[in-house]
Amino acid sequence: MADLSIDFAGIKSPNPFWIASGPPSNTAYQSHRAFEAGWGGVVWKTIGDPIVNVASRYSALNLGGQRMIGFNNIELISDRSPETNFREIKEVKDRWPNHAVIASLMVDTRERWHEFVKRSADCGADGIELNFGCPHGMCERGMGSAVGQNPDVAETIVGWVMEAAEIPVIVKLTPNITNVVYAARAAKRAGADAISLINTINSITNVNLDTLTPEPYVRGLSSHGGYCGPAVKPIALNMVQSCAADPEVGLPISGIGGIGNWRDAAEFIALGSLSLQVCTAVMHYGFRIVEDMNEGLSDYLDAKGYKSVAEFSGAAVKHLSDWKYLDLHYKRVARIDYDKCIGCNLCYIACEDGAHQCIDLVDPAPYGLGPGRVPGKPVPKVREEDCVGCNLCSLVCPVDDCITMAEIETGREKMSWDDYQTRMARGEMQPIPAHP
Amino acid sequence: MPIQPLLDAETAARNMAEKEPRYAPQEALIEANRCLFCFDAPCIMACPTGIDIPSFIKKIANKNPVASARTILTANVLGASCARVCPTEVLCEGACVVLDLEGDPVKIGRLQRYATDYVFEHRIDVLQAPKQKNGKKVAVLGAGPAGLGCAAELARLGYEVTVFDKKKAGGGLNTYGIAYYKMPPQISLDEVKMIERLGVKFKYGVEIGKDITAADLEKDFDAIFVGLGLGGANRLGIPGEDLPEVVDALDFIEWIHTRPLHEVPVGRRVAVLGCGNTAIDAVTQSKRLGADVASIIYRRGEDDMPAYEFEYELAKNDGATFHFHTIPTEVLAENGHVKALRLAKTELRDGKVEIVPGSEWVEEFDLVLKAVGQEKQTGVLAKLFPKLKLDAKGRVEHNPETMETSLAKVFVGGDCANGGREVVNAVAEGKKAARGINAFLTKETVVGPVQPSRHGIKGGATGSGFNKPIRVPELLAAMAK
Repeated sequence: MADLSIDFAGIKSPNPFWIASGPPSNTAYQSHRAFEAGWGGVVWKTIGDPIVNVASRYSALNLGGQRMIGFNNIELISDRSPETNFREIKEVKDRWPNHAVIASLMVDTRERWHEFVKRSADCGADGIELNFGCPHGMCERGMGSAVGQNPDVAETIVGWVMEAAEIPVIVKLTPNITNVVYAARAAKRAGADAISLINTINSITNVNLDTLTPEPYVRGLSSHGGYCGPAVKPIALNMVQSCAADPEVGLPISGIGGIGNWRDAAEFIALGSLSLQVCTAVMHYGFRIVEDMNEGLSDYLDAKGYKSVAEFSGAAVKHLSDWKYLDLHYKRVARIDYDKCIGCNLCYIACEDGAHQCIDLVDPAPYGLGPGRVPGKPVPKVREEDCVGCNLCSLVCPVDDCITMAEIETGREKMSWDDYQTRMARGEMQPIPAHP
Repeated sequence: MPIQPLLDAETAARNMAEKEPRYAPQEALIEANRCLFCFDAPCIMACPTGIDIPSFIKKIANKNPVASARTILTANVLGASCARVCPTEVLCEGACVVLDLEGDPVKIGRLQRYATDYVFEHRIDVLQAPKQKNGKKVAVLGAGPAGLGCAAELARLGYEVTVFDKKKAGGGLNTYGIAYYKMPPQISLDEVKMIERLGVKFKYGVEIGKDITAADLEKDFDAIFVGLGLGGANRLGIPGEDLPEVVDALDFIEWIHTRPLHEVPVGRRVAVLGCGNTAIDAVTQSKRLGADVASIIYRRGEDDMPAYEFEYELAKNDGATFHFHTIPTEVLAENGHVKALRLAKTELRDGKVEIVPGSEWVEEFDLVLKAVGQEKQTGVLAKLFPKLKLDAKGRVEHNPETMETSLAKVFVGGDCANGGREVVNAVAEGKKAARGINAFLTKETVVGPVQPSRHGIKGGATGSGFNKPIRVPELLAAMAK
């Protein structure tokens, strides 16, 4: 059995699955339930000077009957007093000494940061996460993403924190920034122990077409909310990998953004995360989802021969590179399995209207009819010589493994854009003719 | 004993309620989201009226049932009744690719019902006729599905249309002859009202050939559409056939549609002769109206019956019994009322159904419903248009593209042209005839509505079912080859 326990910048956790700072980590009661369900850690709902919340606070993006593929909120940091929060953190640590409890903090002045950092350590928290990412409400007051969006300011504040920190410090990064790597480097320069990302993305999920007020609705108005949930995973993965691959960052990463099951978790780990934080999926289904996450990740690591999460972490990072290093001579084409084809012809229209016009509708006679094919109805046929291998048809095909992308041996040696430019500069080759 | 109603109003209403409830909005959304939105979708090819099914389903998924109904009714003005009475298993749903993917097709019929019910219930007219008429007049004979399909299409093209029918209300079999639990008559009557609002005039209680002659029609109208349907049940040719409790199955079904359900007389022991879909409608409704025994009597075997498989299953679930390879030889009476049937076993000899000698027995019945096929309207047609050419089977000869007959100005559609097919075929033929009439009178052609890109694709798409319908049994047969 693979070892799921992690040592994240000195924070020990029986497994990599943490409750992200948010509504599910608001109280000791919830933390007890989370740990009973099998979570490895809890990042407490951000503690700061008292705030007041509004009703309503959350809204969702649904798609094709699937609820909450995206989710946003305009809820602020904890509306409970710092005293209550620190007292409850102590209560949780007393009962769960081997689990990770991390205090998420957001205050403004140097003195307040020093005070809150000390109080976190005093109540037994295993680490601190600095909330530099919250994109609504707090940023209007010069905190949250207002800090995270300015690497110099972030660096200064991390510096303040490090002056007082005796436990590991994680800097939580906002995605609402041109290049997240600059923020990560700032955290590194200021001495942070780790980074976590992504925080939520500025968003409006929808507009009520009767009232013309977006959701979440607060007496005739709404506000820009922080977006999260399954739909943000690709953005999060991109940013995680960018930080993991950056030679200057070199910090442990806690991955956040749309994680809902072990497969998502494995992808985040593969791209450089060591711990994982989950919020929206718990808000949707409750703490119980961690059971499958632990089991699935363990089975996966076993199946692939990894002994620990740490050993697996970052295994996929090297499989991304800048575009200029991709092989211009690699060729793949779409192949249709006519035994599986059900005749929707979505591949045809997607290629015809949406891509590169490389699929014809042809007389079905020479092709085996798949299940239920209408006699005489034209079948899609890929013109392999013209197929650019874009994947679109295989993406729209509703039948698993019906359209596959086959590698074509071109016999030509690898040549990247970089190589191409070099060879042209040396006069070793002529420009590749433009596509007609 | 004369037959009598058997049930109280509440029980009768419960037993005859529509067999499937209408989708709730969320159910419709979930079902609509199963549709893959195929390009050149097979369901369209299987729809004789060529409804752009993926489009109307997409509109339900996008919470616009009005636009959905517009798509449906533009292609098929009787979309609400077809949603209920179409044998979708062998048409659109039988061709649905989701059937192959998931083993269960998108419930196109129920979605169509959801959208069309929505506009009828909210009194929204999605079809419009031009305010300025084109000055041309067309007579439509018969207010059944073919006549309505033709009349609505002509009205939308700007014609002044008058529909003549001998009944007191329009809709034809949709109003009088569909199993009540499939469709209550009000649906059909609402459709007729919608067509009236397109400006079509209806003249009821008019007997063709008697109250109105061909000369009248030719004088007053620029074109004539004949959508007369079929006549009464074929004769059995056995003793006792004229007893009062020997009834056309379609007349029995008409009682159900024209009287309160608890006032429809029904036998305690009902024999239904024949095993087509009308026979099934008759036997199931007999059971649902309180018959102790309702039996199909069919001279051939289970594999030969014309009824659809799902209809057969429905009847068995309703507790109907089936006597295959059985034929009635005499209706026996007591005091002038039906008492029993003398039955005999049959066997096939040289491909012909023959009575097995000595196999006769008597079984008690008090109501005998004839569902052995309907007569063609050859008599009426001959009287009205003596020169109209009929084929050997009594069907009006016609051009299948334009529905023109052998007579100038006279067009045809529905059962009297096709010999008796589905409601949806009749509507489609009516619509086709309307376009034929339009082409005849204006020399202009109307196409669509189908996605224009679905025509003329390299390699030739089959197009919509309106141009060249496919049927699933034909599809399966082709695949088996």
